[in-house]
Amino acid sequence: MKLLMAVTGLIFVGFVALHAYGNLMVLGGADTFNTYAHHLRTFGQPMLPYEGFLWVLRVVLLVSLALHVYSALSLWGRANGARSTRYAVKKAAASSLASRTMRYGGIALFFFIVFHLLHLTTHTIHPQGTVATPYENVVGSFELWWVTLIYVVAVLALGFHLFHGVWSAAQTLGLTSTAAARARAKLLAHLVGGLIALAFLIPPLAILVRIVK
Amino acid sequence: MKLTLKIWRQDGPRARGELVTYVVEDISPDMSFLEMLDVLNEQLNAKGEEPIAFDSDCREGICGMCGLMISGEAHGPEKTTTCQLHMRSFRDGETVTIEPWRADAFPVIRDLVVNRSAFDRIIQAGGFISVNTGSAPKAEAVLVPKPNADRAFMAAECIGCGACVAACPNAAAMLFMGAKITHLGELPQGQPERAQRVKAMVAQHDAEGFGGCTNIGECSAACPKGIPLDVISQLNHDLRKAGAGRF
Repeated sequence: MKLLMAVTGLIFVGFVALHAYGNLMVLGGADTFNTYAHHLRTFGQPMLPYEGFLWVLRVVLLVSLALHVYSALSLWGRANGARSTRYAVKKAAASSLASRTMRYGGIALFFFIVFHLLHLTTHTIHPQGTVATPYENVVGSFELWWVTLIYVVAVLALGFHLFHGVWSAAQTLGLTSTAAARARAKLLAHLVGGLIALAFLIPPLAILVRIVK
Repeated sequence: MKLTLKIWRQDGPRARGELVTYVVEDISPDMSFLEMLDVLNEQLNAKGEEPIAFDSDCREGICGMCGLMISGEAHGPEKTTTCQLHMRSFRDGETVTIEPWRADAFPVIRDLVVNRSAFDRIIQAGGFISVNTGSAPKAEAVLVPKPNADRAFMAAECIGCGACVAACPNAAAMLFMGAKITHLGELPQGQPERAQRVKAMVAQHDAEGFGGCTNIGECSAACPKGIPLDVISQLNHDLRKAGAGRF
């Protein structure tokens, strides 16, 4: 169960890392970003059909999401069942904010992902108006302060989730059996959480303050 | 010192419990926490009231019998057992809430006493080694490298008090189990049953109704013996290897 949680979590870490890297292409201007977006769809051609690679990714991510949510919910249920009478007073001695907000942060991220897909993938929600290219889509969206705000909050939640998630996955996979390995895993978790959040924050903020137009 | 105590009173396993407030005066800062409760109990006895039930045995911090949730911290504010906690760790006039360990796997027997037999059943499931008795081998017959011996001793410090479960937001017993897995797994005598041990102990742990570990780290912070989170990783490592049949 927890192995499932750890492994599917690590798949997401890999995905968001690539996603964050791809987003930075927007800094290169319209051509770079549009080429990148087009290339994602033709990736692997002619071995794969148009958008073939994207669909493989989508299926893997959907299956991972289902398993990740399933294991999270069953662990949550077990925890509730394991302490049906709560403490009148309980202090948190060592736990990080990130570790205590995993469950609520996870739910928030789930709703954000739904919003994000409706916004920039299916264009069901389009505050930026109907436009022709991916670049205009992105830039048009993040020039609106409230869209940027939603994304910034979500990315910070993602950073926290990644921080505890990476460390927790290392521990669950049994890779941190010495104090030194534990310190390394914590450092790696900080780096992964921090760098990915930073990489995700740069494009929307750059657009909001009109460095990228 | 004068303290206001809010203590969990519960007549029996099925009775409804509640926090009852007591004021205790003339507490010496040199008293242990349990001696302070003894004083309160003497006063209750004198008044003809039912004394507060709590567990204790050695009162030296080595047996693992005592354990109270003191103002939301297992064994109180110091890194030690409840019996070795002294009143100098509290402020004069402070209000202190005292509750039993809360976990469905540790049902309350009375007041602050909980039944920790679930730990015994986890140990019975696999926390042992099998040897032929009657002809004790020479101590130096099987050599153990110093680092392995040190780590085994570190893990063997666990006294099974249950503070890790009490402090865990998930009420998981992974630190307790991990300590035994690490203790026996570091030693040559623990090897033959290593794969079987971890599987059986984890199965028993889950059957007892403990929660699942989410690597938050409250357990290790509450542990009076300072058992590190490494042992949980060691348990997960052994479980993964045992599951893949690689022992």
